[in-house]
Amino acid sequence: MKRVLSMLVENHQGVLSRIAGLFSGRGYNLESITAGVTTDPQITRITLVCQGDDNVFAQIKKQLHKLIDVIKLTDLTESPALHRELALIKVRARASDRGEIFQVADVFRARVLDVGLDSLVMEVTGAAEKIDDFAAVVQPYGILEIARSGLISVERGKKQ
Amino acid sequence: MKISGSELLVKALVEEKVQHLFGFPGGVVIPIFDALYARPEIKVILTRHEQGAVHAADGYARSTGRTGVCLVTSGPGATNTVTGLATANFDSVPIVCFTGQVARHMIGNDAFQEADIVGITRPITKHNYLVMERQDLGRIIKEAFTLASSGRPGPVLVDLPVDVVRELGDAEYPASVSIRGYNPVTKGHAGQIRKAAHALKKAERPLFYAGGGIHIAGAAEVFRRVVARTGVPVVSSLMGIGSLPGDHPLDLGMLGMHGTYQSNLAVTHSDLLFAVGTRFDDRATGDLSKFAPGAAIVHIDIDPVSISRNVPVGIPIVGDARTVLEQLEPLLAPCAIQPWLERIAGWRSEHPLAVSPAGRRLLTPDTIIRAICDLYPEAIVATEVGQNQMWTALFYRFRHSRSLLTSGGLGTMGYGFPAAIGAQLGNPGRKVIDIAGDGSIQMNIQELATAVHHGLPVIVAILNNGYLGMVRQWQQLFYRGRYSSTCLMTGTECPPSCPGPGDACPVYTPDFVKLAEAYGALGYRVAQEEDIRPVLREAGQSRKKPVLIDFIVEREFNVFPMVAPGAGIMEMMFGEEGGR
Repeated sequence: MKRVLSMLVENHQGVLSRIAGLFSGRGYNLESITAGVTTDPQITRITLVCQGDDNVFAQIKKQLHKLIDVIKLTDLTESPALHRELALIKVRARASDRGEIFQVADVFRARVLDVGLDSLVMEVTGAAEKIDDFAAVVQPYGILEIARSGLISVERGKKQ
Repeated sequence: MKISGSELLVKALVEEKVQHLFGFPGGVVIPIFDALYARPEIKVILTRHEQGAVHAADGYARSTGRTGVCLVTSGPGATNTVTGLATANFDSVPIVCFTGQVARHMIGNDAFQEADIVGITRPITKHNYLVMERQDLGRIIKEAFTLASSGRPGPVLVDLPVDVVRELGDAEYPASVSIRGYNPVTKGHAGQIRKAAHALKKAERPLFYAGGGIHIAGAAEVFRRVVARTGVPVVSSLMGIGSLPGDHPLDLGMLGMHGTYQSNLAVTHSDLLFAVGTRFDDRATGDLSKFAPGAAIVHIDIDPVSISRNVPVGIPIVGDARTVLEQLEPLLAPCAIQPWLERIAGWRSEHPLAVSPAGRRLLTPDTIIRAICDLYPEAIVATEVGQNQMWTALFYRFRHSRSLLTSGGLGTMGYGFPAAIGAQLGNPGRKVIDIAGDGSIQMNIQELATAVHHGLPVIVAILNNGYLGMVRQWQQLFYRGRYSSTCLMTGTECPPSCPGPGDACPVYTPDFVKLAEAYGALGYRVAQEEDIRPVLREAGQSRKKPVLIDFIVEREFNVFPMVAPGAGIMEMMFGEEGGR
């Protein structure tokens, strides 16, 4: 099962490699990892998506928590949270196909960033599944390149 | 007043009360060694290999409870510490290791003697640092000492670029630091402790499972009181040996692959396994599906990672072993478990540890180790890894905490001798003995020079069987006796398939007695039973020189009991033919 962890870590060199190294060294399955500085320049937020059964996931959380540079770790798998991923997709688009692709892009609220002689670059944001779906729909035209950001997440605010 | 980074480092060492620094110089650490020159507060122990320096710091730390400190140069100096750091990391030993690094502007350029040691040691240290700003140096050194010795202790590496070490900066060494991502829990949860006490009260077949955490936490005293109060018997992991005196009636000995019969059976039949400071390592548990099948499990450990990793735990208690046991102690009462104790006594008499009969043609390891134990019952004993280690664990009865120095987790051959050197420096009044194999002693034999130069009367008892004995034992038992690359006598004249040891075997290399003499140490060879004790006694008389004793033992003597790899711990062999 897919799990999402959000962490606040020290903004030091090598922190990302400590985390990635923990996954590779212990044979855990890491699907994506994103990092970006927070409003405090000394703190980075890392969102990672991993796979594992309950026992493995419990170990992953404990091992991450044990890293000295990890300040806070939140499991967002079950908690109410917003998850977003961004993808840039370059699709083969002859002039005759463009209109059709624009329509599809519209449905997915994808933005067209660049139009070339025989290709388009689009930006699409959303949950990972939405990006999968969009990629599947434009696949028949021919995806020339795709770059996905990996998931970023934040917890929703308290409602009560 | 501004001082150089080296001077700040030396100041920090003095404030941390570091008396011994184990090290080896090289290009980029010359400024640091220069700052250490003629400083009587810190004795620099020049080893002959950086691996020896880390193991010595490790033996010093394990035997004294204080942090061991090393200093080596960049590149090969730093990479030579890797095995020592991994050894200490596995067994939770507090070490601060300073490595030199090329100047900051050279980093990443493949400069001479450059290695990314922070990257290399990331998974084998508790934490590590590359100091990129002179202004951070004091804080980082303080953090390193704080991390190494607190929580679950471990090695911390600090990589020091040579220009940082040369740079002038402030002279401040902080008295304390707080690290926001690091808050080890030491006090146990009161509710969990009550549950654990209640479980002990209810249990009919309770058993303590003592781990190395008891020594590390300084918990042996309270643990002994808890055992005395409850009357519950104790099995130990390899690292837990000495938690209870080895001759205590409730001490069942080690559990696991080479555990005692009564220990492995007691674990298998217990209804409450009360583990303190242990990892449920695979060498202790054997096949997990057959491990303590009927037992509820209580587990005290300072590292949450160790809890419920291999074995699901019903009552986990995160905390320092000593603090938690002190919280637990007042809640305990004597356990009424006479039938259980009688059952255990039955197992004990059914398969006691084998004693080699007197008058055998060749020496046997059990006879030698029992003699060492009789003559030096209060010793600090280091071991190498392999048969020598298991025989020591089985036959030497440890009376004191922090007295067995052995590489349990990583299983590092070559650990014992340098560790004994460190232990002797930290415990000048105690007898320190390294029980070694003829294979593993050769992995750090160069440290004889260190021991001689520092006048350390460490006794090295080599159990010389001419084999890498433990691997040979596995080959004998599980690989149809094909002794591939395990005979240390193998020469060009040997046939491709060995018919077994005999008079035609090549002469053994090296001659350990001559080797000892070449180094200026004392060397003895013992091949007769009646010489064992006199030579051991004479060795104990040495005050300033290390003593190496080459005990020529039966070549194919094995460690029993043994549980085959992958089997349950109750499925024990007592001899070459299998057994139960």
